[in-house]
Amino acid sequence: MISQVFILSSKGDHLIYKDFRGGAGNDIVSIFYEKVTALTGDQPPVVMNHKDIYFVHIRQGGLYWVATTTAGSSPFTITEFLNRLAALVKDYCGSLSEKSVQMNFALIYELLDEIVDYGYIQTTSSDVLKNFIQTEAVTSRPFSLFDLSNVGLFGAETQQSKVAPSSAATRPIQSSREQGGKSEIFVDVIERMTVVIGSNGLLMKADVEGEIRVKCYMPSCSEMRIGLNEEFSIGKSQLRGYGAAVRVDECSFHQAVRLDEFDSHRILRLCPSQGEQTVMQYQLSDDLPSALPFRLFPTIERDNGGSAAINVCATIPVPKGSVSLSQELSSPDQSAELKPQSRAVVWKIARFAGGTQLSALFKLEVPSLSSASMLEVGPVGLSFELPKITATGLQIRFLRLSPIQPGPSQRWVRYVTHSDSYTIRI
Amino acid sequence: MPYLGGEETVRELRRALSNPNVQSDPLRYRNTILKVIRTMSQGVDVSGLFSEMVKACATVDVVQKKLVYVFLCSYATLNPELSLLVINTLRKDCQDPNPMVRSLALRNMTNLRLPSLVEYVEQPLTAGLRDRAACVRRVAVLGWAKLHNLHPSSEIDAAVVNELYSLLRDPDPVVMVNCLRALEEILKEEGGIAINKPITHHLLNRLKECDIWGQSEVLRVLQRYRPQSEDELFDILSLLDSFLVSPHPPVMAATLSLFLSISSNLPVISLAALERVSGPLLAACGSGSREMRFAAVCHIQLLLRSVPGLLGPHYKRFFCGYAEPAYIKERKMQVLVELVNDENVAMILDELKGYCTDVNTDTAQAAISAIGRIGRSYSDRCLQILTGLLGLKQDHITSAVVQTMRDLVWVCPQCSDTVCLALDGCEETLQDIQGRQALLWLLGVYGERISTAPYTLEVLIDRVRSEASLGIKMELLTATMRLFLCRPAETQDMLGRLLHYCIEEETDMCVRDQALLYYRLLHCGIEKTREVLQGRRSDPSLGVLIGRPAKPVSQWARCFNTLEPLSQGAVEAESDSRGSPEHVTYNSKPNADLSDTLSCSHIEEVHSGSDSAMRCSDSSTNVLASSIAAPLSLSLSPAVSPEDFEHLWLQRQALHTERGAEKIEEVDCAWIEECVRCPAVLHCSPQSLQAAMQLVNIQTLAFTPQQMLPWRVYLYTHTQRSHSMDAPNTTLILGELLCTGEANQKSGVKKGTADSEAGAEGKEDQLVRKEMDATADRLRVSEDGQEEEEGIKVILNQQPKDDDALRQFLTILITVLNTLSSEKD
Repeated sequence: MISQVFILSSKGDHLIYKDFRGGAGNDIVSIFYEKVTALTGDQPPVVMNHKDIYFVHIRQGGLYWVATTTAGSSPFTITEFLNRLAALVKDYCGSLSEKSVQMNFALIYELLDEIVDYGYIQTTSSDVLKNFIQTEAVTSRPFSLFDLSNVGLFGAETQQSKVAPSSAATRPIQSSREQGGKSEIFVDVIERMTVVIGSNGLLMKADVEGEIRVKCYMPSCSEMRIGLNEEFSIGKSQLRGYGAAVRVDECSFHQAVRLDEFDSHRILRLCPSQGEQTVMQYQLSDDLPSALPFRLFPTIERDNGGSAAINVCATIPVPKGSVSLSQELSSPDQSAELKPQSRAVVWKIARFAGGTQLSALFKLEVPSLSSASMLEVGPVGLSFELPKITATGLQIRFLRLSPIQPGPSQRWVRYVTHSDSYTIRI
Repeated sequence: MPYLGGEETVRELRRALSNPNVQSDPLRYRNTILKVIRTMSQGVDVSGLFSEMVKACATVDVVQKKLVYVFLCSYATLNPELSLLVINTLRKDCQDPNPMVRSLALRNMTNLRLPSLVEYVEQPLTAGLRDRAACVRRVAVLGWAKLHNLHPSSEIDAAVVNELYSLLRDPDPVVMVNCLRALEEILKEEGGIAINKPITHHLLNRLKECDIWGQSEVLRVLQRYRPQSEDELFDILSLLDSFLVSPHPPVMAATLSLFLSISSNLPVISLAALERVSGPLLAACGSGSREMRFAAVCHIQLLLRSVPGLLGPHYKRFFCGYAEPAYIKERKMQVLVELVNDENVAMILDELKGYCTDVNTDTAQAAISAIGRIGRSYSDRCLQILTGLLGLKQDHITSAVVQTMRDLVWVCPQCSDTVCLALDGCEETLQDIQGRQALLWLLGVYGERISTAPYTLEVLIDRVRSEASLGIKMELLTATMRLFLCRPAETQDMLGRLLHYCIEEETDMCVRDQALLYYRLLHCGIEKTREVLQGRRSDPSLGVLIGRPAKPVSQWARCFNTLEPLSQGAVEAESDSRGSPEHVTYNSKPNADLSDTLSCSHIEEVHSGSDSAMRCSDSSTNVLASSIAAPLSLSLSPAVSPEDFEHLWLQRQALHTERGAEKIEEVDCAWIEECVRCPAVLHCSPQSLQAAMQLVNIQTLAFTPQQMLPWRVYLYTHTQRSHSMDAPNTTLILGELLCTGEANQKSGVKKGTADSEAGAEGKEDQLVRKEMDATADRLRVSEDGQEEEEGIKVILNQQPKDDDALRQFLTILITVLNTLSSEKD
């Protein structure tokens, strides 16, 4: 049971406040914010309490999403609800930020009204909600010349128009109905890697958490069929085909997915509802089929050809008291910086071409250096984004919609691998 | 944040709202209303616009209606009269052909929360229960719950309750779940909805139709059901099996809760369920939402209490990601410590070593103490790491390492050689109080093996004048005394200086008393001193006891899937890991020899009691030993501050005098006054009294100086009855000991609570009195025939009331007082 829900900006501005059960003073929001700011670290605990009132909060899009409740409530339910609420707001407003929440507060109040009644969660399914939500989303998209570049001369199809712009999936789902916008469907395969590489270069741990996410902007779509690799197998015993197996340890599906063709042909059938939903989740521990995307000995090298990584960022802890840094980087679009308060050198590489090797030499000046100070160097944390690659090798063979959509419809399949935690010991 | 100029904005908005031009243009009208709501959610009080907004309510535009309702529901309670005007519009909307408008009107009608409007609402609500559209029925069902809570005392029509019961069979699953919720609230006083066999099976069969929120709600309500036969139980369990491995954590957790509650007397099934659920829980640990991860890790800690080896092979899942928040890292390390075994110890230690140099000092210290805990079983490897960390010469790391070593050495005395070697030179890096105290303790206990110990102490003694911390001074005294016993030649001079300073110049009573005590102790001879100061060494056999035994599932099943493990677990784990070694022995010491050891133990108690307030409150494990009352334990946490105490005390005293003895039961607290004869307590020093009380976990808050009349002591403690597994009922006891010096009437027991157990109580008292008489006889001799007996009046106040606990507490208190008196003789 949820007593209140409120959304605060990181600076403590009240964006949304809704009281479902009554009886609580309006100062409850300030009490929460005081508790959050009173803590020294920037990461307050998920559950805090003030007398009998328990605050459960999550942080998404730089905002605090807070629900107040009683001690006996299920933490899983409340957290899941807040996550789901944030996802719905994102679906309806296009993106998740202080600005979009501020501009669409009427829409969010309406959503909250339909999702929760008297503190009880009624429904969070976007199929049901779309019948009730009347307010239209307000989006702010600055005019950009790049939008024009997609339009070819005399309407001819250009190279760019075959690739969905990265902002294509960040728009509100509702607008498609009124504005006659493109009916599009995005299937994203997103993988998060958690890797620990020992100081001797040996792989100590590698976990991949993946999901197939469907984002649907079609007003009506009766059935969709997603074909995965035929040699896809689950668990250790089950091996299929002769090719390199695409294997995951565990796999779970959205409840709307019908699996009658999954065993024979690896086909998922579902009727996507509007907005974003996770169709399938899977995880794989330890034996990755492909080589690791990054290695670091004294240098970082990348040994996976064919593509490029973007937004690579290496964080290298350095001894306390390091005063200055001199660097030798191999290209001008990289940057490195010494951050004394977090005791680390941050090396940023905007674009890292596949199959190449970058090297950097950092010289640090540490006034009181002892042999033990070397213990403080490392482990290196690497964050990156690998488009068009999945670590497990999972691929979508085809994506069919039936019945065939009237009018132009576009289907996009995108792959991306993120780093969840990629750690290399030195 | 309310910003300045709020009134100005309100005035402007009012002007716009009442402008006929705005009203005639729907778009402008709506935008103005939007502005009002925006101002409202920013925290500005816009209740002044109520009448304008009521007018705006009459519109065909659904969006505008919704916006106005948001406003009205927030301010209706401030304007009950004006709200009457809205009711008409709402009732008209309830007849609207559009089901969406009907449900909207019905919902907001019940959301106004105005008791005066109830009569207008009942009729549309009744109609709503029979509406064609499911969305209206959903709202109507919950509407009755809202109505009931507006008038909790008034009975809801039995016909409505019956109708709600029949709506459990509604084709719409959300209506069904809402009926459950509404009935739970309406029938709260009767213990909620009646869960019988047909309802249970109906709910279980329709579980698949509900969404995850509905499922978790139904599963939660079903926890009250008790299957009638074993066959039925297994039917239910097999039906629920697929939900147990649900990919949605809320459903999985609710199902496990249900499993644990209905199979509470079949431990085998519970354990099998735990094993089955470990997969989904692990998946939740890797969830994209870190709050979800946190919840999952906290619940895994619960599981591990009963099945320690459950997740052994998956230990790598608990390695910390470098960008994870500190609160998750800390919990993950606690889990890692539990999962250590021969195969993975090297990997886990390697991983933990990496965290020790974390930028976040809390994470670093947690990692170091985790290594220390592993060190109890794998001491060599851990000590190697810890010694290596000392080389970093960073104050927070060194402090954590020294504290960890102190705790480790107590449990594993065989490590002491390595520790002694490592300590050399770290006094220069240590800055904080806890770290330096730990170092002093080690220097005192192992001084004979640390060659530089006297020199380290000497530096500190020379600086004692500028030392601010009380704890450090006390620890320094003890350490120097201990060192003197094993290396007298080097230490004698500095001990003299220290004692001289502490007795002559020190202003703090505690330090001075302790110094005096040591001084007098030395007069008793070196053997006696040795006996007192070196009496307690750790016992090597302790190491065997470290592995935590598996606890029964029922111990934590109740708090599974609640917020408790997320908010409280940290405290508990802390007391596990940080409890100071010396307290371990106090706890295990049987109460029987209390009087024998009190003379020396209170010395130590004083020092360790104040040496770190943290330890005291942390390690408030159940001290009370078996000899007095096994099921009752006392604890000092949560601490009560003197201000709180005064407030509570005065409040209840007023209640007591005002209401009289009989009525006090209504507020669920007990008030007892009793006379105890042990006048010698008056002559005890406050410190020894405090120490003695703390030994059994009673905290004294304020005293009058000894032998002053009237003599008073204020004290408090928390009692906890552990014999009833599922409900640990804790009570707070506040007490006053009073001696006015006048001859008290020997009134015996004057009880404020009238209860039926008076007979039993009487017996209990007789026993106590016998004991007391024995002491009193001796006292009479010693007090040279003083005619009048001086009594100490004990006034106790307990909340909530628990007669058994109170009686047991009183017995303990009297025993302590008697022991103290006999000490004094």
